[in-house]
Amino acid sequence: MTSVRCLRCVHCGLDVPAGFVEPGAASQFCCAGCRVAYRIIHEHGLDQYYRLGEKREAAVRSTQRTYEEFDHPSFEDLYVRDAGNGLSEVELYIEGVHCASCVWLVERVPFLLEGVARAELEVRRSLARITWDANAVKLSNVARMLDSLGYAPHPYRGVRRDALRRKEDRAMLVRIGVSGAIAGNLMLAAAALYAGWAGGMEHEWQLFFRWVSFVLVTPTILWPGRVFFAGAWSALRARTLHMDVPIALGLAAGYVQGAINTIRDSGPIYFDGLAVLVFLLLVGRYVQQRGQRAAADGAELLFSLTPTTARVIDGAGAVHEVPAEALLPGTIIEVRPGETLAADGVVADGRSQLDMALLTGESRPESVGVGMKVYAGTVNVTSPIRVRVEQPGESSRVAKILRQVEESGRRRAPVVQAANRMAPWFVGGVLALAVVTFVVWRSRDPARAMDNAIALLIVTCPCALALSTPLAVSAAIARAARRGIFVKGGDALESLARPGRIFLDKTGTITESRTALVQWCGPEWVQPLVLALEAESTHPLAAGFRAAWPEAEVPRACETTHVVSGGIAGNVAGHRVIVGSPAFVKARALGSVGAMTSRMDASLTPVLVAVDGRIVAAAGLGDPIRGDAARSVARLRSRGWHVSVLSGDAGAVVAAIGRELDLPARDCEGGMSPEDKLHMVEKVRDEEDGPVVMVGDGVNDAAAIAAASVGIGVHGGAEACLSAADIYLTRPGLAPLVELVRGAERTMGVIKRNLAFSLAYNLAGAALAMTGSINPLVAAILMPASSLTVVLSSWHARTFVESPA
Amino acid sequence: MSVLYIVVPVALLIVAVAVGAFVWAANRGQFDDLETPALRMLHDDEERILPANDRGPVSPP
Repeated sequence: MTSVRCLRCVHCGLDVPAGFVEPGAASQFCCAGCRVAYRIIHEHGLDQYYRLGEKREAAVRSTQRTYEEFDHPSFEDLYVRDAGNGLSEVELYIEGVHCASCVWLVERVPFLLEGVARAELEVRRSLARITWDANAVKLSNVARMLDSLGYAPHPYRGVRRDALRRKEDRAMLVRIGVSGAIAGNLMLAAAALYAGWAGGMEHEWQLFFRWVSFVLVTPTILWPGRVFFAGAWSALRARTLHMDVPIALGLAAGYVQGAINTIRDSGPIYFDGLAVLVFLLLVGRYVQQRGQRAAADGAELLFSLTPTTARVIDGAGAVHEVPAEALLPGTIIEVRPGETLAADGVVADGRSQLDMALLTGESRPESVGVGMKVYAGTVNVTSPIRVRVEQPGESSRVAKILRQVEESGRRRAPVVQAANRMAPWFVGGVLALAVVTFVVWRSRDPARAMDNAIALLIVTCPCALALSTPLAVSAAIARAARRGIFVKGGDALESLARPGRIFLDKTGTITESRTALVQWCGPEWVQPLVLALEAESTHPLAAGFRAAWPEAEVPRACETTHVVSGGIAGNVAGHRVIVGSPAFVKARALGSVGAMTSRMDASLTPVLVAVDGRIVAAAGLGDPIRGDAARSVARLRSRGWHVSVLSGDAGAVVAAIGRELDLPARDCEGGMSPEDKLHMVEKVRDEEDGPVVMVGDGVNDAAAIAAASVGIGVHGGAEACLSAADIYLTRPGLAPLVELVRGAERTMGVIKRNLAFSLAYNLAGAALAMTGSINPLVAAILMPASSLTVVLSSWHARTFVESPA
Repeated sequence: MSVLYIVVPVALLIVAVAVGAFVWAANRGQFDDLETPALRMLHDDEERILPANDRGPVSPP
């Protein structure tokens, strides 16, 4: 047995299950999908794939779907673009892409299928762009090929917004590049001028370099600098003071005065300062935007939650696969076990159990029968059912929840950062000082009044101030990422720096989100008998038993009968064994269970075992609490946070969890629907002063996560919840949450230090300018020095470090 | 020193060309995805792995 366990699948590198081992074969596979993928790769001489080194982390599974809907006309309308030359183009979101060999294999699809012109994969977003000749090959063929290689494709719906965003990104990059090149060259000219200023320079050359600077600075003001004028203009039109206002004013005044001085051939020119200012501000803005962008990025993945297709049964009883968008109310669809419902509706035929975790967070599957309402996004667990569609697509409940997620994301105030909050005061102050300087100097020395006022505007340029927050935040985000904490926006860190209210979801957040045997009251000899019966069952509770006693020797069961939402009975090793719910077992066996079940926790699902007509054992199955949960909650509370539990599970279950975590009963809310969670979070957010944090892992939390001032998705969560979240913790448990809160506090410390630095520089500069003692050399040293201080202070801050456990 | 009258405009011209090249590259999407090409260069040229006559179509299972 042990030698068998060591076998690795040639394709994916996972252990080969005993049932799949082929004695004597050179290549072993863990599943049929891997075998097919290996055959295709091998037959086409693509074995290099296996030499690219990286081991696949998860089983490479083919879904064996037909992808018929990819050829449907409505699919074409939605996703396919014309690429010219009779070719079509589509973007597909590919599952399971994570390494160099994946890129290599996906991009080899044109060699595997005739008619496919190009396949390009973008690793970061798992997007493949496929260009193909629709007359030569069907898209469903391409999809099946990708699927058989283990990369299940899904249509990607964000194409249009993507194009827009790409345009925006490119324009920003161009502005930075242009202003950087000009700033660098202007510095060279300025260096010549400063050297001449110190060491004596012929007037002819001075004039020449002043004109060169003038020629260089003009495009930087007119092209990359235009964004500041546009920003200032829109701020003024909205009657507010924005950071862009003094920047635009300084740029304009400096440029005009510099131009006049160049032409008059006297007085300072400010061109080098202006060019560097534009460059640094653009870089700061870029850093800031990238963080915000990541937050919006995941939102597209929300859509991949509901399936893109459904199997429709027409009047004649034939089955067609159609895109989910094409479903109409009244259509009958078939849902097989393991499949996700594509629309809300009513069960028309069949009985089954549905995993509603997506909507309710409830970890136990619920039984459904004819006439009962079922929802899109839930998973059919046990047997096939037919559903009459009532609310397809956009009108389904899950779609509405996802829309709420998007709306809360939009409604949320734009990143309010420390520097931005100070901006109106700062701007007003600088403008007032400039006016004072001008007026005072005018009465004393009219020739220098304008110079000094402009010098003040330039030297107090808020570039260190503008950089201080985004730099500190992006440095902290980078450090956090190395600790498995992915922060999507800087504002989240800022909010977490002071304590407020934390709502924890139960399933998957506090608990491990799997069914495990927690309590067992009964003799040990019963265990193999229970296992023998449960080996026949696909019920989630059965998996709990199997995981609890993996070593037991299992006899074979025969004459087993299953009763849906009841239990299972059968003959094992000469005994009549019954395992199931208390009602089911008590109806078929005798014996008192009071002593066994009285100590059982309310949060557990009780299961009774009867052997030969007598009840002999009781088991409690449930979702075990994570080991570090209680300690992490205690540490959060000691830092001043008010911790509450929100769960879709029954109240008794949640109360039991609350007792384990030492939380008062009023802070443990059970039976919450996704809508209830959203309302709760919104209510507290509006009523209480501090930040409201929602921690969760499921789609049922997604709306609440998006509405909270900081939403946190935890390890193993659904993608919708991750994309709604501001922060994603990749390590399981609640310990990273504590680390995150401490890191956020330290990051705010760094931001405050940066702001203090840059304000000190600005005050000193302003004082020098107002007294008229500033000259171009001092200004040129002060400006980069202040920015450099801020940069160094940000990158060397130890914000996220391993905390003592 | 009067050589500066030639050298500096030439330098500016070179800057203009470089900026032009950068703008062209950025607009052509050369900087859109900075991650995948780094992985792509690890792959050998396909010609060496796959002879041209071996590119027959495959029907997926």
